[in-house]
Amino acid sequence: MSELMLTARQIRYTNKAFWRNPAAAFFTFVFPLMFLVIFATLLGSGTVTLENGREFNQSTYYVASMAVFSVITACYTNLAIGVTFQRDAGILKRTRGTPLPGSAYLGARVIHVMIMSILLVVICAAFGWLFYDADLPTGMSLIRSIIVVLVGSASFAALGLALTPAIPNADAAPPIVNATILPLLFISGIFFPVGPDAPQWIETLSDVFPVRHLVDAFLGSFYGPPLFDFSWADVGVVAAWGVVGLALAIRFFSWEPRT
Amino acid sequence: MSDRAIEVTGLRKTYGDLEAVAGIDLAVDVGEVFALLGPNGAGKTTTVEILEGYRQRTAGEVSVLGFDPAGRERALRERVGIVLQSTGVDPYLTVRETVALYAGYYPSPRDVDEVVELVGLAEKGDTRVLKLSGGQQRRLDVAIALAGDAELLFLDEPTTGFDPGARRNAWEIVSNLSSIGKTVFLTTHYMDEAQHLANRVAVIAHGTIVAEGPPGSLAGRDRMRTSIRFRLPPGAPEPDRTAHRLPDGGYELRADQEETTKLVHDLTAWALESGFVLDALEVTPPSLEDVYLELTASEDVTA
Repeated sequence: MSELMLTARQIRYTNKAFWRNPAAAFFTFVFPLMFLVIFATLLGSGTVTLENGREFNQSTYYVASMAVFSVITACYTNLAIGVTFQRDAGILKRTRGTPLPGSAYLGARVIHVMIMSILLVVICAAFGWLFYDADLPTGMSLIRSIIVVLVGSASFAALGLALTPAIPNADAAPPIVNATILPLLFISGIFFPVGPDAPQWIETLSDVFPVRHLVDAFLGSFYGPPLFDFSWADVGVVAAWGVVGLALAIRFFSWEPRT
Repeated sequence: MSDRAIEVTGLRKTYGDLEAVAGIDLAVDVGEVFALLGPNGAGKTTTVEILEGYRQRTAGEVSVLGFDPAGRERALRERVGIVLQSTGVDPYLTVRETVALYAGYYPSPRDVDEVVELVGLAEKGDTRVLKLSGGQQRRLDVAIALAGDAELLFLDEPTTGFDPGARRNAWEIVSNLSSIGKTVFLTTHYMDEAQHLANRVAVIAHGTIVAEGPPGSLAGRDRMRTSIRFRLPPGAPEPDRTAHRLPDGGYELRADQEETTKLVHDLTAWALESGFVLDALEVTPPSLEDVYLELTASEDVTA
């Protein structure tokens, strides 16, 4: 069987196991929607002012930020934790002893979370359109949105894989993964918009890391001007982080339990 | 084509100052069942994992089916099935799905239902791995290793955690494998397992092979003395002084194997003449375990 066929087959099994794991499915799919409902319900009627001074309807803003949150949760948080658990359970080591190429195994995991990301973004968008009057992208905006989701999900999946060698065991996986991502989510406008009054160092810090760039790219591609300007530079920063993550993952990835 | 499945010369593996494998030679023929015995930390798993391609060796020559396993070539992995000492599978797939998943990695796999049946998991076929007992999961490990119809199988302590029935069943599977020409490289803690399955046994201790040969004659086992044990009822006369007294109150005689028949005859004749019975009479040839304990214990002392 060709590597492509093997990868496709592996994706099917990955998907089957994913939906049978209630915790993974819940945290990936229910969590972001729950947050979206909470934020939109509590804050939905007002407007927010972004760094660029533009005003946004809050529920519209949260449709976009929760879509990004769901992509990062699926690709980075859940993939890093899930792969660490599989490593500690010896599943990776067993797979390593079979003819399946390692790239087909990991490729399938990455492509699977990318597919989940598209599904999540579609659900968030549909939810926003149904309940919060959020606009759906069409034409060029739609194509740009798809590119942003693909680049964002692939990059965060690569970063998730790159993190696993730094996690000593499965018990340590959730705290380590959350410690690396939660502060960034807070300073990057996922849970609340970072307005023009935010201190400069917050802005500088969030500028270095990929989360805010993904939020901005998403707002820009999803809503576009005049609400929010789309910039390929944001997509570029996210992609650059993805390339660094991939290089680190290739260099340091471990197929065997660390202990 | 050589008829050697595995050939190892001067294999060494060091971790820092620790020499886990200190220069061993091994040769396993095609179709043979070879057992590597040794206590924990003797270098058993390190050796197997070098052969399987998981570890890089420090020095020496290794050939597995004509390949150097360190190269991790797919063409080699397609011909090898592995049961690792501790591994998992996805808990959310069923038994049949799991076997099918792994079978699909190989160019000409065995029939999934047949393999599931073979390891005795037929009625668990649609059960998720999550719900299997430890012994059943181990049988699934064996099923996965068989799924690809590989010609060489590495079984690292394959029956640990099996009940006696499941162990007999696993032995039968391994015997069947060798009868259809598969080569099996086994490590085990169970002497009866090596005795029952292996054509040849090597004992490893402190990273070196201390004995190698067929289980029946390993390290002169065929020349070791038989033990004859018995108990005497109260009031019976003392046996002659060649029998020594055991801590549990019984007696033991040692005899060369060719003398055993005569000695048992003399002993029972003496008992009959004196008019009492010999309780718990046992005639035990030296077991592989005796040989093994002697070999690995003496290593400990000299180390």
